[in-house]
Amino acid sequence: MTSLHPALILIAGALLLPFLRGNARNIAVLSAPTFALIALWLLPEGKLWQVQWLDYQLAPLAVDKLSRLFATIFLLMAAVGGLFALRQTSKLEVPAAFLYAGSAVGVALAGDLVTVFLFWEFMAVGSTLVLWSAGTPGAFAASKRYVAVHLAGGVILFAGIAGQIAATGEASFHAMKADSIATWLILIGFLINAGAPPLSAWLPDAYPEASWSGTVFLSAFTTKTAVYVLLRGFPGAEILIWVGIFMIFYGIVYALLENDMRRILAYSIVNQVGFMVTGIGIGTEMALNGAAAHAFSHIIYKALLLMSAGAVLAATNRRKCSELGGLFHSMPITTICGTIGALAISSFPLTSGFVSKSMVTQAAIDGHLQAVWLFLAAASAGVFLHAGIKFPWFVFFQKDSGLRPADPPASLRWAMIFFAFLCIALGVYPEPLYALLPYEVNYVPYTAAHIITQLQLLLFSGLAFFVMLDYLKRTPTITLDVDWLWRVAGPEAAKTFRLALTETRAGLAEIIEARRLAIADFLTRHRRPEGLLMRSWPTGSMALWVMVLLLANLAFFYLR
Amino acid sequence: MSSLSAHLPALQVVLPLLSAPFAVLLRHGGFAFGIVTAGAWAAFACAIGLWLQTGEAGIISYHIGSWPPPWGIEYRVDRLASFVLLLVSGTAAIVLPYSRASIEHEIPRELHYLYYAMFGLCLAGLLGITITGDAFNVFVFLEISSLSTYVLIALGRDRRALAASYRYLIMGTIGATFFVIGIGFLYLMTGTLNIVDLGERLRTVEDSRPVLAALAFITVGVSLKLALFPLHQWLPNAYTYAPSAVTAFLAATATKVSVYVLIRFWFSVFGETLIFEKLPLPQILLLLSLAAMFAASFIAIFQDNLKRLFAYSSVGQIGYITLGMSFDSVNGLGAAILHLFNHGITKAAIFLLIGGVVLGLAKNSAVPNSRGVPAGAVPPAPTFDRLAGLAKRMPLTCFGIVLAGLSLIGVPGTAGFVSKWYLILAAMEAGQFWIVAAILLSSLLAIAYVWRFVEVAYFKPAPEGTTKQEAPLGLLIPAWLLVIGTIWFGLDTSFTVGTATEAALQLVKAGR
Repeated sequence: MTSLHPALILIAGALLLPFLRGNARNIAVLSAPTFALIALWLLPEGKLWQVQWLDYQLAPLAVDKLSRLFATIFLLMAAVGGLFALRQTSKLEVPAAFLYAGSAVGVALAGDLVTVFLFWEFMAVGSTLVLWSAGTPGAFAASKRYVAVHLAGGVILFAGIAGQIAATGEASFHAMKADSIATWLILIGFLINAGAPPLSAWLPDAYPEASWSGTVFLSAFTTKTAVYVLLRGFPGAEILIWVGIFMIFYGIVYALLENDMRRILAYSIVNQVGFMVTGIGIGTEMALNGAAAHAFSHIIYKALLLMSAGAVLAATNRRKCSELGGLFHSMPITTICGTIGALAISSFPLTSGFVSKSMVTQAAIDGHLQAVWLFLAAASAGVFLHAGIKFPWFVFFQKDSGLRPADPPASLRWAMIFFAFLCIALGVYPEPLYALLPYEVNYVPYTAAHIITQLQLLLFSGLAFFVMLDYLKRTPTITLDVDWLWRVAGPEAAKTFRLALTETRAGLAEIIEARRLAIADFLTRHRRPEGLLMRSWPTGSMALWVMVLLLANLAFFYLR
Repeated sequence: MSSLSAHLPALQVVLPLLSAPFAVLLRHGGFAFGIVTAGAWAAFACAIGLWLQTGEAGIISYHIGSWPPPWGIEYRVDRLASFVLLLVSGTAAIVLPYSRASIEHEIPRELHYLYYAMFGLCLAGLLGITITGDAFNVFVFLEISSLSTYVLIALGRDRRALAASYRYLIMGTIGATFFVIGIGFLYLMTGTLNIVDLGERLRTVEDSRPVLAALAFITVGVSLKLALFPLHQWLPNAYTYAPSAVTAFLAATATKVSVYVLIRFWFSVFGETLIFEKLPLPQILLLLSLAAMFAASFIAIFQDNLKRLFAYSSVGQIGYITLGMSFDSVNGLGAAILHLFNHGITKAAIFLLIGGVVLGLAKNSAVPNSRGVPAGAVPPAPTFDRLAGLAKRMPLTCFGIVLAGLSLIGVPGTAGFVSKWYLILAAMEAGQFWIVAAILLSSLLAIAYVWRFVEVAYFKPAPEGTTKQEAPLGLLIPAWLLVIGTIWFGLDTSFTVGTATEAALQLVKAGR
């Protein structure tokens, strides 16, 4: 137990931040993740912390190549995100984000299921706080829906973990097969956080409601820890291929329909995580490497995209594509960085997306999964359409909206420039990333065939975009998704319910007749002072129940 | 000292029992407080001593007046009894100092000595039920504790307290009558009242109808006292309108001791073979427990009075305890015993903190008159509309309620988690995955009702001109001791889990 736990360093930093002001705070924001990163790289491999809890041996700190890879990118993200958010006026957001990031690191370094669950829940709390700290009514409402989904996911995960521990008698976290109720529950719990169907909608519902810097943090951790635990827990589970492909197309379709620039990017998170989940499902060493590498580069370019969107939002206070455009005149740096991010997400050669995503497609070819490969190739074109062209085109170019905001302040600029640099650097020189991957890499991204295939895909989908520009022009609409069920239908039902509860008896009857909501009907009748829920029972009926129970008992005993 | 330690079982009951008449004789609030508190602390010390002794020597059998059982009355302390004794006397030792400041605003000063006397009696009764090895003695102590409880509840200034107390009196009397009818049947069939002796002699006649009738009467009677759904209806009002300290004490001890009685009679008297193999009792208990977990927690969500909300939550939580009993396994019974303790301290913490809230509301609503009691006859109830922005006014109190609320939900790191964990293990051991799902889903209901408090206290804007007005230290310190306890027993489980498992081992093994 002599080694420092990087996650706890970051969480300690999060707890310290509220007490600091001014420069001391700025230094702490930058140094906490940096220290944690250094501590992480000083750790040897193996189970470093061992704790006895109840009857189980826990390993809250366990390091191997895979966990080091994910912990590294999480900490890097926390550091650069912290830099980006230095000017954030909310005093809650960065500490919450560090708690959130620290917990994500904790999951990555957890050697047992109990620790995974603990940090998993902390992550839900931290991310909810990040959402809250945006301070808008929309964010508050979104955070409630968000936390409800994640608590439900946590409960499912917990049931699974408890079952798994009861079945195996030990708590260590290693590869499992989805062959029992317990492991299925664990898998479902993981997938909910990954944004898998049918609950994918929590993600695009919540993330765009955070502040201009909050979304950057949110985009990085929850889904990618889910990718990590799937990588470790369920490599090669075939169902994940199809879950992943569903996510890929779900993301593309909704992103194409969407008008809000950050919702576009949120949908594209689901889409990108779909690539990783598919890779995990394929399950060969190449595919797993690809999924891990893609998570790494995705965090960087998605954060970069959301940073540029955040910079635009902070400068203009507008978020709809139809209200933006022509910003390249006055925000050149943001435009360039955003475009680099867009190229990276479309896997343009010489960007990080190219060297990581092509591993997944290659793995599909190697595994002779023609159908999968076809889907992935089609999806690559789709990604270029919605994130690669659509986002930068409508936000930065397109018609001139007449807005002339300046480029953002230095802290935001440098955060973007650093990540843009990484996107290119990893694309040009991928060897350091490959060296970090869990398995040995025998993959050469830059072959003529790869490059030509990819360029063909991109050019033709680019052509398609401009040919069909008129259809793609976004009108200020909203798109229906599954989340309508809990955003509108649920609250509507609940509202009816509440209204009815306080109405007088006469008014009640009318409402019930009008709505015919059976449940509301039941509850309304019983929440009045004499209703089933509220009444004080007369002694007579209490005594009656006693008799009922006594007679039931006697009957059961005598007639058995 | 050695002679003293040999008489600990008697002292355990006698000391608090004696403190009550003294308190009445002195007729002075301050003196009564001193002597009853001293009695409770002495009882707590005895309980610690007995816990240590049972740890070393196993079961202690103490013969009152040196008459050997089964003729004389035996006091019998096993691991379970010592655990419950610790819970009861420990809660009393913490709640009594709290009462001093708390009842100032809730009970007229000239009645204070009576409050302490009744408290002493109630404590003695509960301890007596737990420690005695004689079935009829259980009934006697049950009546002592019940009668004093009726008075304690009726002391609440809200006039509905009287009605609540009256209802409880009727129901409690029915329960006690059923219980004594059951004892009568057993005596008829075996000719003995000693619990151990009963357990042995029943083996030969356990299939006879009078014994089955006895089982039905005792089970239903005790279920009434422990507020098993749907026999819980006396509980919400009693908890809501009783003085805060009384609510806290009852919530932590009264229902828990009744659970103890049920465990004792099921496992030590009737025996596991009869209960779990021959009769459909576990199925009945399982269904009622599930009903409690869902229905009571669901009703709790809709309550507007904070005390009533947590009263319903108690009914739901008792469902977890009885659920654990229904499995008939060491893990299941252990989880029940564990939850009995963990829920006891959690709920006591919550009700003590709510007492501080009630006090704050009373202070805000009226100027105390010369008698120290607010001029307004009824202190304002802690309804949600009065609690908006409470966290600004009473940050420590609210934070404490939230922490204890986490334990009700069963968040890891709290006591509530540990007991639910063992409950889940027991359900899996029995191969009942759907029960695991039920336990977890009902936890979501707990999240909902705890969230209602969080939302009102932390997110509703406080009324204009709110200043920080924390509860006095006399209330905060005892309450926070228990809050820290809920966290402590969530992290260091050696005491609670260890004792509960040993207790379960003694019982599950003994019954076969």
